[in-house]
This record gives sequence, structure tokens and C-alpha cells, in this order.
Amino acid sequence: MGHDGEDSLATSEGGEELANDRSKATSPPRDGEDESTIRVLKEEGAETSSKVESSTISQARFQSLETEQEYRPPLPPRPTNVNLLREGSYSPKSSLQRSRKTSRPQLLSTATTALSRTDIHTQSYQDGSRETFDASAQTTPPSKATAAFGSIKRIKDLSGSEGGDSASVKSYAPSLETGGDVESLLGEVLGASQESPAWRLHSTQNGALNPFDSVAYEDDEATVDFYREFDEIGAVAADGENEEQLLNQWKSKRKHFLILSSAGKPIYNRHGDDNLISGYIGIIQTIISFYEGAHDQLKGFTAAGARFVVMSQGPLYLVAISKLGENDLQLRVQLEALYMQILSTLTLPNLTHMFSNRPSTDLRRPLQGTEPLLSALADTFTRGSPPTLLSALECLKVRKTHRQVINDTLLRTRCETLLYGLIVASGRLVSVVRPRKHSLHPSDLQLIFNMLFEARGVKAGGGENWIPLCLPGFNKNGYLYMYVSFVSAYESGGEEGREGQNETGKPDDIAILLISANKESFYDLRKMRDSLVEELEANGSMAIIKSAVRRGRPTATDIVPGTVLRHFLYKSRANVQFTMPSYEPSFTTLLAKRRLLSLYHALHASVHAKNAHLKVHHCISRESISLAWVTPLFELYCVAGPHASRNALAQSANKVIQWVRREEERVFIIGGAVF
Amino acid sequence: MADTAAAPPKPSSSVKLVLLGEAAVGKSSLVLRFVNNDFQENKEPTIGAAFLTQKSHLPHRTIKFEIWDTAGQERFASLAPMYYRNAQSALVVYDLTKPTSLVKAKHWVAELQRQASPGIVIALVGNKLDLTNEDATVSREANSGEGADAVGGEVAEEGGDARKISTKEGREYAEEEGLLFFETSAKTGVSVQEVFTAIANAIPETQMKGAKGPGATGAGTGQTALGSERVNLNQRAEGAKEGCAC
Ligand SMILES: Nc1nc2c(ncn2[C@@H]2O[C@H](COP(=O)(O)OP(=O)(O)OP(=O)(O)O)[C@@H](O)[C@H]2O)c(=O)[nH]1
Ligand SMILES: [Mg+2]
Repeated sequence: MGHDGEDSLATSEGGEELANDRSKATSPPRDGEDESTIRVLKEEGAETSSKVESSTISQARFQSLETEQEYRPPLPPRPTNVNLLREGSYSPKSSLQRSRKTSRPQLLSTATTALSRTDIHTQSYQDGSRETFDASAQTTPPSKATAAFGSIKRIKDLSGSEGGDSASVKSYAPSLETGGDVESLLGEVLGASQESPAWRLHSTQNGALNPFDSVAYEDDEATVDFYREFDEIGAVAADGENEEQLLNQWKSKRKHFLILSSAGKPIYNRHGDDNLISGYIGIIQTIISFYEGAHDQLKGFTAAGARFVVMSQGPLYLVAISKLGENDLQLRVQLEALYMQILSTLTLPNLTHMFSNRPSTDLRRPLQGTEPLLSALADTFTRGSPPTLLSALECLKVRKTHRQVINDTLLRTRCETLLYGLIVASGRLVSVVRPRKHSLHPSDLQLIFNMLFEARGVKAGGGENWIPLCLPGFNKNGYLYMYVSFVSAYESGGEEGREGQNETGKPDDIAILLISANKESFYDLRKMRDSLVEELEANGSMAIIKSAVRRGRPTATDIVPGTVLRHFLYKSRANVQFTMPSYEPSFTTLLAKRRLLSLYHALHASVHAKNAHLKVHHCISRESISLAWVTPLFELYCVAGPHASRNALAQSANKVIQWVRREEERVFIIGGAVF
Repeated sequence: MADTAAAPPKPSSSVKLVLLGEAAVGKSSLVLRFVNNDFQENKEPTIGAAFLTQKSHLPHRTIKFEIWDTAGQERFASLAPMYYRNAQSALVVYDLTKPTSLVKAKHWVAELQRQASPGIVIALVGNKLDLTNEDATVSREANSGEGADAVGGEVAEEGGDARKISTKEGREYAEEEGLLFFETSAKTGVSVQEVFTAIANAIPETQMKGAKGPGATGAGTGQTALGSERVNLNQRAEGAKEGCAC
């Protein structure tokens, strides 16, 4: 492919020609409906023919890191962080405001989280490129941020006198408009936020701490706290004595999802039981219906560091409450996934029918057994999920010719009733066969993958499975039937696969999914599975898949030798697929991963902000230097350690692009098997 | 598990078995105990149905069980006929600590007697015996002289006894309907193996099928609903939805 020059990211040596290209920059396409199907059909030519937009990055920006004094080495964590987290509640009574005031008095006048342009570049350019910055900075006027903080302050005063939670929540309404620019408390600790200019200015220390590596960082109480995020909250004792304690536990969770009916009946809630939080559910319902009554739809609000996002879907309200620093758009995608799971269980006509018959319907009963699936989704979102963030799929990396053989085998063994056939290895797609007329929707696959690889129900059962489910992206009106069996990646020989898999699966198992619209077709599909596995064994494909699974993802240094990159996400927009290196060695713990993902969320938010015309976005914090780069073809998010230079980062980003281009047909499914 | 390893030269035949019963009575747990000799404290609900096979070595022959472990949730109930249609045996399971589950079990028995193949061998199984007062070792004997105990059990007068359905009640119903009857614990394993052995023994040799049988029957029944046009997928999917009435 001969267009290296066009979409390679400019480094300071080569960036000059790009500097004047800003006029050409257009807002990158958003992840919209039209993009949401996997176009495995896509012709190769499409990619090479489209003209690549140049980045708007200026030479000056690249140089700034080297030449300016503004960058200082990272600092050890501030003690206040620990305080913030230890108290861990978003009750207005918490010390959040107080500690902030004392430690960061500048906050009221500056956006802190901000990955936005305001943050890093303002002080960087004394060379004229500042204008460039200023222009883009207008998208997040400081006044807006000030307003947000203003409201937080107001709350504090309010709650100081009243102390009631309801009062505090209501009073947040004024901050409704702050949208994605909301400040995240957690960000500071979990890595979403960037070092604020104020902070940097005030710092004189030279700590060489690198939190991505640092054990010290991971040992503090903040960490412990995040590890408790997934703990169950016990039941309220009969005498209600432990209620206070349980409520505190509940409030300390970083992320909540609530689903209720428009009549106010609770349907699902991630943490704690209904009785415990019925008061809060009542409040939320009141707020939502207050706005509804005024023919105004409540989309979201902020209360004491938690962002509330509300989505109304027919007879349901879905609410996300996050202290993890995600923006509204990202939370909405997550709510959408929960809603899709409900549809997947019930189908849309059933859902609407139930509520039109009886608006006070208690949906818990018909949804019985779906809670584990919803909770698995919620937990995935809390841990942080690249596929959800990018609305894209990841594929298992195998050679093109090998994939071709697998595709052909699927086609050859296909039985009459088959609609979709998929081979999936540890959440990564290996191969798919589908009718020409129907594509697969990432949102549907997300539900399936969640059911098979995150929730334990199906896999722990052992054996083969026959699962009726609705795939809303395909057709939200009816059920399909899915045959599932697992083949262990760690056993040789597929023959005993079926009997042998009774030992419940490891996360790395290979799933064979055969989907049909015919509920009687289990035995047909089972027979197809048998011949499929047999042939895959015979032609060596199964061994190839297994070894690819066992090998795992390559590390960043495998991909770009000697790189400063710790991790990256590369999304191919045309394929609606993404690829990334292993989390090893830098991001092995739950917390390290969450921090990485928070950083990705922040990068993603800034390049997808409504008015952002950004092509390249740099971001420097005391723990990392990162880069988001968006073109019509791809989105690339890269993270390096804090001591890396921008130049090195940009060079590595270019290397990644070259690698993807070289490996494109290995890391992505292009074409796929169609009948 | 060891059973799956080697195929002995004994005559072998296959038995199709379906498990039915209210949600969370322990159907999957019984299967897990039988197949893997394992138990999970917080087992997640089955979605749809799971299909498992397990060989069982009897003195004179080897039986290969082909087991349908169905989901107890209401919304999957309409799929049940597909699982019991060709079954030679059924385990109808209830929870000894939950009265509604016996009501549900009786419904299943009635449906099987109406709709399943005439010779079907049905075992009624009261599970979670470990939650009742009976000691595992004496449970078999206790089954006989138990009326008095069970009356008291109704109010759970003793600390550990959560029993709500007496052995007598279960046994008498089973006798009326001509069912095999067991009280089991998937948790401790009490009587689990016995249930399957008793079923295998109750099925006449002549009714057993060769291992190749079930695939063919399945394909046959599948034929009826098979459309030809792919465009009709949505339509068919819509039709299918009536099946899952909620
Ligand atoms: N104490 C005790 N608990 C049991 C026993 N058998 C099952 N359980 C528990 O009961 C719960 C439900 O068990 P499952 O095996 O999933 O029940 P099921 O009948 O398969 O439920 P569905 O798949 O929803 O129909 C699980 O938490 C099990 O651990 C038992 O013998 N004793
Ligand atoms: Mg089950």
C-alpha cells in the first residue's frame, strides 16, 4: 500500500507540510448507526482509494515538549487523593469539596480534568502557534467549567444546612448543561484526568514515580477501594441495624446502573437490594418525571463528583451513575447495551405489550435470570472495555490464508438452517459465516460475548447449549436460537472436546456459535458443529486457532521494537474492528487496566467532542503521555510512560499504523465468509 | 469423569433424559454432580437448555445418557416439548424447602403424561435434602417412618430444618402417578447417582437406542419448521417468539 506519506503522523522533522492543512480538517465521522455493522464484505480497494486527511498538528506542538520548560517530571501521589478516596462517598457531606479547596485553590477558575486543549497547550506556545490552540479551546470555554464548579459549591452550601440527599441531588440540576466536560474526582487517581496546569505550576518536586509501574501507587487505599467495587452488598438485616453501613458501602461504589419503569418500579440495580436504596430510586424517579412533566427530557446531571446520565427507552428509564470520569456519550453507549440486553431477553413487542397492558408491570419476573447478564455487562463497563468504548470488535490474529481456510470450512460444513456461524476465541472473533443480505451488529455480538465469556452461567454448565435469544441489531422483534459449544484451547484433539469440556471452561476457550431462526434445529447445528470441528482438526486450523489463543496478544514492544508505547488501541472505522496489544507487562492489575481505560475514555471524549475538529490530540500528565489520532480511516489511541518524548510517541504511532497496514488482513476480518 | 475415558466392551446404549422443574430447584446442580461430581454454591440460572452426555457403567451394560438440562424460568417453558418429545426418561425436580416447586413439578408430570412418549420413565426428585434435618446417611431409611417428623417440619421447629414438603407427601404422590421417587442433595451428593441408575434400570433394554439414534430424530422434527427463503428470516423469528411467551 503506497500511501504512507499521507496518513502517517507528522513528527517534528516531517510535520512542516502538515502545519497549514488545518483548513481541510473536518470533523471525523462519529460512531453512528450507519457505521455499526461489521462490513466484513468491504472490498479492499475502498481503503486505499479514500483520501487521507492530514493532521492539524503543527510542528510547534511536536517541538514543544523538547524545547519548553513546561513539562516537569511526574510527582508522587498527593495525600489528598487518598483522603478523597478513603471517604469515597459522593454524599455532599464528604470532604471532597473541602480537600479540594485546600489543595487546589485554582480549581474554580480552571478546568482540571480536562483533556481539553486548555489543559496542556496553553502555556506551551510562545511561538505563534498559540492561536491555533486558542481557536480550538473555544469549544470548552472556561466559563462553562466555572459554572459547573460553581454549582458544586452551591450544593455544598445547601447540603451543609440541610444535609438531605434529596436536596443535594435536586440542586444539581443547574449543571445539567455541562455535558461531557464534567470533572471527575476519580480521574485523578484512576488516571483519567490530566495534571492540571495549576497543579503543575505549583509543583516543584521531582519525583520519578511512574504510577503505571509503581507498586506504591497500587498499594494505597484508593486501590483497595476499587478492588471492593465488585463486592456484593449484603442484605439489610431484619432490624435494619446494618442499614447505615450498607448505605455507605453503596455510596462508595464508583459506578451504578439503575433501570426502572416509567411508573417507578425498580427493574435492575447493580449494587444492593431494592429495599436498601428505595429512597434513592424514588428520588431519581421524581427528578426524571419532574422534567418529563415539563416536557423537557432530563439527560444528565452532576452531583458531588458523580455524573448521572438518564436514558429513556419506551417504558424504561435507564440511569448510569459514574465517578469514573466517563462522559455522557460513553455512558449512553453503556446504557444502550443494557437496554439491548433487556430486548435480547424479551424482544421489543413483548416489552411494549407488557407495559401497554399494564403500565405497572413488574419486569423483574419476566427478566428473571437476566440479572447476571446485566451485571456482567455493568462490571465490564466498570473495569473498562475497549470494545464498548470503540463500538468495535476485536479479532483473533491469524494469517490471512489460515483464516481463509477456516472460512471455507465454515462454508463447506454449513447446514441448511444456519443463519450466522461464528468461531470466537476468548472474546475475539476468529471467523464468521453469514448470509449476503445480513451483516452482524457489534452490539449483538457484544451481548453474545458477554453471555459466553463474562457471565458464568452458560460456560459453567459445561456441555452444549441451546439458547433462545433476540439479537436486537438483527431483529428486535423476534427470537433466534443459538447453539454454543466450547472447545478448550489447552487440550489437544477436538474429539474429546465435547465430553472433555465438562471441566468447566477457562477464559481462553474457543466457542463455536451457530445461530438459526429455527428453534428445532439443535440437532442439525450439532451435526454441523461435529463436522466443522472434525474438519478444522483435520486441516490443522484448530491447532492454529489454539496456538493463537495460547500465544495471546503481542506486546507493544513485539509490535514496535524498542517503542516507548505502553499500549494502544487502533480502530479501523471501515471494518468496525479494533486491535490492541497485550496488557502485559504494564497493565496487569485491575486498577492499572482501569486507569489505562480511563485515559482512553478521556482521549476518546476529547476527539469525539461535539465541536472538536481535532485530528491529533496530545495529552501529558504526570503519569503518562498519550495521543489520540483520528482520520476517516482509523482512530488510534496511544499511551507511553511519562518520560517519553512527544516525538518518540509520534514516531511510535506511525510505526503502529505501518504495522496495522502490514498486518491488516491478519488483525482484521476483511471479507469473511458469505453465502 | 473417569467414566468417559475408556469404552469397555460391554453392550452400550443411549438413554435420552430431560430435567424439568421450577427455577433454582437444583436441576443443573444435580447434573453437575452426576457428570462432574462437583457442586457450585452460587450457580447461575440456565439460559435455554444445556445438553450433556455422560456414560454410566451398570453391571451388565454401559449406558450413555444424553441429558437435556432445561431452564426453569417461565419464559422458556414453551420450548420444553422440544426437549421431552423424544425423551425416554425425565427427572422432575422440586425443592424440598419450597412448596410452590412441588406444585410446579406436578404440572410437569401431568404435561409429560399427556404429551411425552407413552413409555417415558419419570422420576420425581426432591432436592436440597441437606437443608433439612435428616442426616445424609440415614436419609434412605428415614424415608419410610417419617410422617411425624414431616408434620413438625412444616413449621421448621428446629434450627436447621428448612423442610417444607414431607417425604410422605412426595412419596405418596409419586406412587399414585407411578413415578420413581428420590430425595437428593446435589450439594452433598446424597442419592444423586442412585437416581440415574434407577432410571437406567427402569428402561427396558428394547427401548434403548443405539448411539446414532437421537441425531436422526432431531433432524426429522426440524424439517417441519424449515423455511427455504432467507428473506423470511424475520418473519420466522417473529413466529418463533410466540413460543417464548412472557
Ligand atoms: N443447599 C443446597 N443448595 C442447592 C442444592 N442444589 C442446588 N442448590 C443451589 O440452588 C441454586 C440453584 O441451583 P441450580 O442448579 O442452578 O438450579 P436450576 O434448577 O438448574 O435452576 P434454573 O437453571 O434456573 O432452572 C444454586 O445456588 C445451587 O447452588 C442442594 O442440593 N443443596
Ligand atoms: Mg439450571
